[in-house]
Amino acid sequence: MIPTLLGVAALVFLLMRVLPGDIVELRFAGESAYASRATLELERQRLGLDRPLWLQFADWTWGLVRLDLGRSMWTGAPIAHEIGLRFQLSLELALLATLIAVVLAIPLGIVAAVWRETWVDYVVRVVSIAGLAVPSFWLGIVLILVLLRVFHWLPPIEFTPLAVNPWHNLGQLVWPALAVGYRYSAVSTRMMRATMLEVLREDYIRTARAKGLWRRLVLSRHAVKNAMLPVFTVIALEFAFLLGGLVVTEQVFNLNGLGSLFVEAIAHRDYTLTQALVLLVAVATVVANFLVDLTYAWLDPRIRYR
Amino acid sequence: MEPALETSLVLEHGRSWCASVWEFARRRPLGAAGAAIVIIMAVAAALAPVVAPYDPLATDYSAMLAAPSSAHWLGTDAFGRDVLSRIIYGARTALTVGIVSALLGATLGAIVGVGSAYFGGWVDLLGERVVDVLLSFPLVIMALAVVATLGNGVWNVVLAITIPMAPRCARVIRSSALAIRRTAYVDAARAAGFSRARIILRHMLPNVMAPYLVMLTAFMGQAVLLEASLSFLGLGVAEPTPAWGLMLKGAAVDFAETAPWLALWPGIAISAAVFAFNLFGDALRDALDPRLRAL
Repeated sequence: MIPTLLGVAALVFLLMRVLPGDIVELRFAGESAYASRATLELERQRLGLDRPLWLQFADWTWGLVRLDLGRSMWTGAPIAHEIGLRFQLSLELALLATLIAVVLAIPLGIVAAVWRETWVDYVVRVVSIAGLAVPSFWLGIVLILVLLRVFHWLPPIEFTPLAVNPWHNLGQLVWPALAVGYRYSAVSTRMMRATMLEVLREDYIRTARAKGLWRRLVLSRHAVKNAMLPVFTVIALEFAFLLGGLVVTEQVFNLNGLGSLFVEAIAHRDYTLTQALVLLVAVATVVANFLVDLTYAWLDPRIRYR
Repeated sequence: MEPALETSLVLEHGRSWCASVWEFARRRPLGAAGAAIVIIMAVAAALAPVVAPYDPLATDYSAMLAAPSSAHWLGTDAFGRDVLSRIIYGARTALTVGIVSALLGATLGAIVGVGSAYFGGWVDLLGERVVDVLLSFPLVIMALAVVATLGNGVWNVVLAITIPMAPRCARVIRSSALAIRRTAYVDAARAAGFSRARIILRHMLPNVMAPYLVMLTAFMGQAVLLEASLSFLGLGVAEPTPAWGLMLKGAAVDFAETAPWLALWPGIAISAAVFAFNLFGDALRDALDPRLRAL
């Protein structure tokens, strides 16, 4: 876990330095403004960009150990503050999308597996393949179009936290959550169907039915619980990527989330901010992996007794 | 667990290539339909100058934002360019980027995966770490970073999509190659003194073929989507090259009131292309090795 994180930190550090373009020039001398060379040098010194690379890296990792992410090179504000504003929105969006995905995927996957090779199965399969094929940002565009033309209503633009005004908040976030959740659920539905099919072929299912157990009981008590584990893994791992990877959806719905922050940071060559964001996503992935392992151990008694 | 030493009906020796294709089409109609759609798109894209009614770059300021009509089947955009022609030419960009980047990414990933599995030891460890690190970046972010470095343009986009795809392929191929590496007959071959190259080529590669093909077709759909996303953000191919993502760029909110159809057609085109690739990829995977269902 730690070596991977360290590797990510080193890689993003180097990558940012490799990108052409200098933040100081972009900020002071961009758009044909004039700034003297002395001013640019002074700014570089202030930001610590003139020191040798290894020193900058050591400084940054030392800051990380103390949980100090530093300041954004573009705005000068503490990075924790910059991220904090948008983290709430991105987190809520990711959670909503996951909720929608789970609510759709699990029943559909079970139903498609139980009634396989019937019209129900085919409909579910087509719907889930379509979910993988339809670009989620286009789905978002179509949703906005429909809202505009049919209901003459646009989602609110400003973000209000859930606690302050739930209607406003949900009214803004449920549409991008739907667009993202549909695609998300497609992956999970296929996984759920596949694992259910495998589980239903097992001997213990046949034994339970032979014993005379009701079909519904066999399903809920034996089949679903066993089939859930891999699906749960897939869902948890995708969640980590939802935090920073929703760049295009945020663009479509004009959301102020982590994805847009990412794009801005890269465009501005804001080293510290980009590094912090990448680390955030990496940490989220690692934590998600870890939680999945823990939950596996908790849910699967065979692992517990080792 | 012994790996599949005999592949399915489709890759049997002695069967003519035509017979295998016909068998595939007969048993898996959905996959054949997907392949047919892809082929139709490819042909239309290649013959675009013949098929498209107008020049995609020709503006007509007397017919801006025209609704679909007999003159312009899918309407025109803000510059008076015919949407149908731009979609047909856009297929060129989409299919080129999709197929080339999928090929490059899958092949690069396969090379790294097989090499990592064969050589083992510190090579494997290093490869695994690098792949892990690369995989912790979300797909879009990585592609963004590459385009930010290199600038717009078709080949930069191809590179931008190849780079995140390769580690994903490497990981899968490595596990397949590892399964072969540990079998008895590879050890016997080494004991008999066969060269490394011969072992890799004659024993490991054929076993890795099935997951490689599956990943290749899966990547093609993903690559088309990724190219559309990058173009939508303005970081893909540059205007005025026709590209489906680019066509969606301004259409969302700008022309929602006046020309809603502008947002529909490119999206349908993207969905159809990815849908076809996915259908074909699924059927191919089922034909080659149903145990790859988890991919």
